[in-house]
Amino acid sequence: MPRLRGRIVVPGDRLPPEVKGPEEYLVRIGDAVTPAVVGLLESGSKPSFVPLTSIYIPSPGDVVIGLIESQGVMNWFVDINSPYQAVLNVQDFLKRQYNPAIDDLSRFLQIGDYIIAKVQSFDRTRNPVLTVSEEGLGRIVEGKVVEISPAKVPRVIGRKGSMVNSLKELTGCDFLVAVNGRIHVRCPNEDLEAISILAIKMIEREAHTTGLTNRVKRFVEEEKKLRGV
Amino acid sequence: MTVKHAGLRLIDEKGLRHDGRRPDELRPVAMRVGVLSNADGSALFEIGKTKVLAAVYGPREPPQRHTMLPDRAVLRVRYHMAPFSTMDRKSPAPSRREIELSKVIREALEPVVIAELYPRTAIDVFVEVLQADGGTRTAGVTAASLALADAGIPMKGLVAGVAVGKVDGVIVLDVDELEDSAGEADLPIAAAPDIGLITLFQLNGVLSRQELEEAVEMGLSAIRRLVDMEKETLRSSVTVMPGE
Repeated sequence: MPRLRGRIVVPGDRLPPEVKGPEEYLVRIGDAVTPAVVGLLESGSKPSFVPLTSIYIPSPGDVVIGLIESQGVMNWFVDINSPYQAVLNVQDFLKRQYNPAIDDLSRFLQIGDYIIAKVQSFDRTRNPVLTVSEEGLGRIVEGKVVEISPAKVPRVIGRKGSMVNSLKELTGCDFLVAVNGRIHVRCPNEDLEAISILAIKMIEREAHTTGLTNRVKRFVEEEKKLRGV
Repeated sequence: MTVKHAGLRLIDEKGLRHDGRRPDELRPVAMRVGVLSNADGSALFEIGKTKVLAAVYGPREPPQRHTMLPDRAVLRVRYHMAPFSTMDRKSPAPSRREIELSKVIREALEPVVIAELYPRTAIDVFVEVLQADGGTRTAGVTAASLALADAGIPMKGLVAGVAVGKVDGVIVLDVDELEDSAGEADLPIAAAPDIGLITLFQLNGVLSRQELEEAVEMGLSAIRRLVDMEKETLRSSVTVMPGE
């Protein structure tokens, strides 16, 4: 039976004053500190608060996986799993001038396409602007995209990338974990792809428990045996 | 409007209420979170025969851009009674009372929601009364508070509400429909005890200063118990492992 990595705390609970954690999810009223969302208090020499839910707020430089939702005259509107809809300008995508009289936007990106993009600018007064003009960015043409809560992204990556690296070794798949809670999975075959997705969902579900890396390893190995891969 | 119930005794000779409760006793309470998979957060709250469902969506871009606020998220609350929630069919169209209660519930939640984190967005709270037997507005506040926490909306503390009343000259906790309609006063209160805030305070009827103090004390004590139950509900929703 897996154990919790700490104590579950909820809004209104008292936390130790020296607690560390994301400041937007810690409420300080005088000397009292309380979590703003449900989370885990990991005690030890340095108590830390880990939120179990979070809402993705873009920050310039973030690599995100976006879903094309609609198109304008000169841009696409992209869902980046955030309260704010992002914009991708067509010149940025084409890397040349765009003439709406000649070019048809839907030839390049269609509604429902996924893209890997970088947040170019965002300051909460205007919606985030994306760019795909760097190496490794652009339309996703193969594999699958899995969506998890952005709060669980650090657990999928693991300490110094331990979790995602062990998943890579065990499955032979390639994972791109974006900060907005979307993961691009590319695998040699469909069975490994299904195992990888199930493993990611398991990490999301059990992120607050101990011994997760070993359980995930066991799960992947058993599934591989069952499926004969 | 007060409906007169001639000859009805709401407190018996032992000091118990018509349903056998002591004056300071809540009706049986049940809470659940995550009851709707399509919503970002949801909760079902039952107190006696009153059942209220709350669903939270957002923060998200509001469809009407003029409702956006440049410095914080706008909290939008819709309180609605299902047509089957009362003995006689209730028209599903929003009534004057429902519009008012939507505002009252919104104002009871606004002081705890940290809306400044999400400017130019909207947080939608839908409060649906499935079965009404008194105390629906305070049950709505409690359900909405749980649903907001379930949705991961940052809050300074949890809110709960309860209606205190006066029947047959006695101050009683958590009035039901009969006590509300036949009683002498009804005092719905909501509070966030962890940050020392009363967020809803209404009075229908007449209470002396001493009675008011007694009623508020009784209400706040019950709210502290309800908030503790909310916390336990949220904790157990996380600690229960999948498949158990």
